[in-house]
Formats: sequence, structure tokens, C-alpha cells
Amino acid sequence: MAVTNLILIETLCTHYEVEVSFIDSLSDLGLIEVHTVEEIRYLPEEKVTNLEKMIRLHQELEVNPEGIDVIMNLLEKVDRLSQELAEAKNSLRRMGFPE
Amino acid sequence: MDFIDYYQTLGIDKNATEADIKKAYRKLARKYHPDVNPGDKDAEQKFKEVNEANEVLSNAEKRKQYDKYGKDWKHAEQFEKAGAGAGQGYSYRQREDTGGFGEGFSGSDYSDFFESMFGGSAGGFRQGRSAKFRGQDFHAELELDIRDAYQTHPQVLTVNGEKIRLTIAAGIADGQTIKIKGKGGPGANGGPNGDLYIKFNIRNETGFHREGDQLYANVEIDLYTAILGGEIVAETFDGKVKLKVAPETQAGTKVRLKGKGFPVYKNEGEFGDLILTYTIKNPTNLSTEEKKLFEQLKTLR
Repeated sequence: MAVTNLILIETLCTHYEVEVSFIDSLSDLGLIEVHTVEEIRYLPEEKVTNLEKMIRLHQELEVNPEGIDVIMNLLEKVDRLSQELAEAKNSLRRMGFPE
Repeated sequence: MDFIDYYQTLGIDKNATEADIKKAYRKLARKYHPDVNPGDKDAEQKFKEVNEANEVLSNAEKRKQYDKYGKDWKHAEQFEKAGAGAGQGYSYRQREDTGGFGEGFSGSDYSDFFESMFGGSAGGFRQGRSAKFRGQDFHAELELDIRDAYQTHPQVLTVNGEKIRLTIAAGIADGQTIKIKGKGGPGANGGPNGDLYIKFNIRNETGFHREGDQLYANVEIDLYTAILGGEIVAETFDGKVKLKVAPETQAGTKVRLKGKGFPVYKNEGEFGDLILTYTIKNPTNLSTEEKKLFEQLKTLR
């Protein structure tokens, strides 16, 4: 089994220049899952990509955590719909409809 | 290379104040930001244009230079650089050669116009975005023939000079993306490396239509076999099969060949089904005698 690397929340805050309270809000909204080991809080390494995206939305577009929650939900939906659309287009091709 | 109207890009007029520029930029950034437009190349391009316009217009010195020389940049001696001028319009260059792979969104690209006017990028528009912890993700696309996707096979890719060996499992889907952990850009300050994402585009020039693990194909049978029944040989994806055609088979009849479809991804030895649809070929150029016999059949009905 692969070992999950945990990264200190404080380290992330320093490097990405975000307040700990921002991470707390994301965590409260269930957008990230913070692990606590002996009272020290960490984020699994593979979740950093997702966190980075949320930080970009926050810093570059000035979106607050609630707004990020909405965006993340909509993005998930867009992703699902795109996949469905691709499948539907593929089926139409079989039935002889040009694109 | 063409002149770029940065005011038009941001939808503002020449007298716009700093606040107007910021506001217009923010609004467009929210619309075209790559994080809210995943996989949308047009939006990404727009975002680059908007960023470039903002970088020039929000910087007092650059704005002054642009207002003064922008229109006449071709004649302004100080902006003429050897070799510049051969570009084609609003084209963007990658900062570094990534071996054919895009760098994902990096914000490092400027138009030829920008570069000839202000030189290469110094600092970039998004200082806050450089890899200061986790490395950048790389995104690559790989075209694969459906025949190759049918079998598990090794492939060697070169990304930024590094050879990456991977095994592509049979049954990979068109448009599927796989992640190769840690093969993106290097992290900084002890941060993890970025990941490499490879999206597969599957080219299919066979007569088989693929939907997930199912394969579909049409099989033509002649009129006599369709009416009287018989045996035919049909192509499957990896060979031929003998099939019995029942008497009085109608056009459009479907036959399902279990396990003759596409391999199921990461379930070795498991296959989808092949669904064949019969089409019927009517005879042409009938002789007088044949016609007579068909007439006879018709009157019998």
C-alpha cells in the first residue's frame, strides 16, 4: 500500500500565503479533509492539487469559501455533464448522425 | 504580427482610470479563469489575452509606453528587434520547450506583439502562481490507435527530457486521463512534485464502433441467405467467426456475440460484447429470367 504523505497545514499556509482561518472555513464546509495526528493538523499530499485550486479561486478571483463551495459543486456537475454529452455524441455516431 | 488593442481586450476606453481597469480585468478574469473553465482552450486563450492587457494597462509606465508607441510600434526604432516581425498575429509562444507537452496553465505566454514591445516576460503576470511549494502539474495528450488500446502494452514517453515508462492497460477509453504521480514539475521548499496527466485520444478507423466495452458493427448478408438462412463468416475485432443466419432474417436484426467486444479496463480477461446488425444486400442487374421468377414470387404472395 502506498504511504499517504501528510503535509502540515501551517506549512501550506506559509507557502500559499493564506490564513489558517481560510483553511478552517474550507474544512468546515467539507471541502477539504484535515487529518489530526497528536493535535497537529495535516492535509494528505494528494489533496494539495485541489486545495491549490481553491486558493487560486480565493486569491485571484476573490471568491470566499461559500462561493468556492458553489463553484466546486458546479464544476463537478459540468464534468459529469461533459462526460454524458461525449457518450451521447458517440452513440449518435453509431446511429449514423453526423456530428 | 498585428497591433493589439488592449483597451478593447478589456472593453474599456482610453481614458479609463486605474480603478476601471482593475474592475474590468477582475470581471473578465472571473469569466475566463482556467479553474472555472476546465478543458476550454478558447477560455484559456482569452484569459491570456486579458492578463496581458491588464499587465500593460495596470502598470503606469507600460501603459504610457503603449499609449505613445503602441499604434506605431513598427516604426518605433527602440522596439525593433532583430528577428521579430515574422510572427503571425496573436500567436503565443511557450517559454520553454516541454518536449511537445503543454505545461498546463502556466501564464508564461505572451503575444509576439507584447514581446516585441516590452521584451520577454519579466516576472510574469501572476507572481503569486509560481511553484513555491508543490510543483506544477503537466498535461499531455497522447493519440492511440484503437488496435493499441485493445491490448495492454508498454509505452515510453519523453517529458522534459525524462523518459517515463508506463504500461497502458487494455480497454482504456477515449478521452480518459491517467495520472502519473510526481512526474510533473519539481516542488520547491520541500513541497511535493506536481503530477503528470495524460489524456488519451483514441483514433478509430476500423469498421467497429466502440461504446464503453461494447463494439458495434454492421454485417451485410445477401438476400438469399437472409430469406433461406445459411452460414456466413463475420469479422470480429480480432478475427473471424462463423455465424448461422436463421431463415427469414429481417434487415436490422441484431446478434450479440458475448465476449467478442472490447477488453474491460483493468479487468484482465474480461471483454464486452460485439453487437452485429444485419443489413441485406438486394441483387441488382437482374436477368429477364430472374425478374420473371420474382414476379412469380410476388403473385404467390
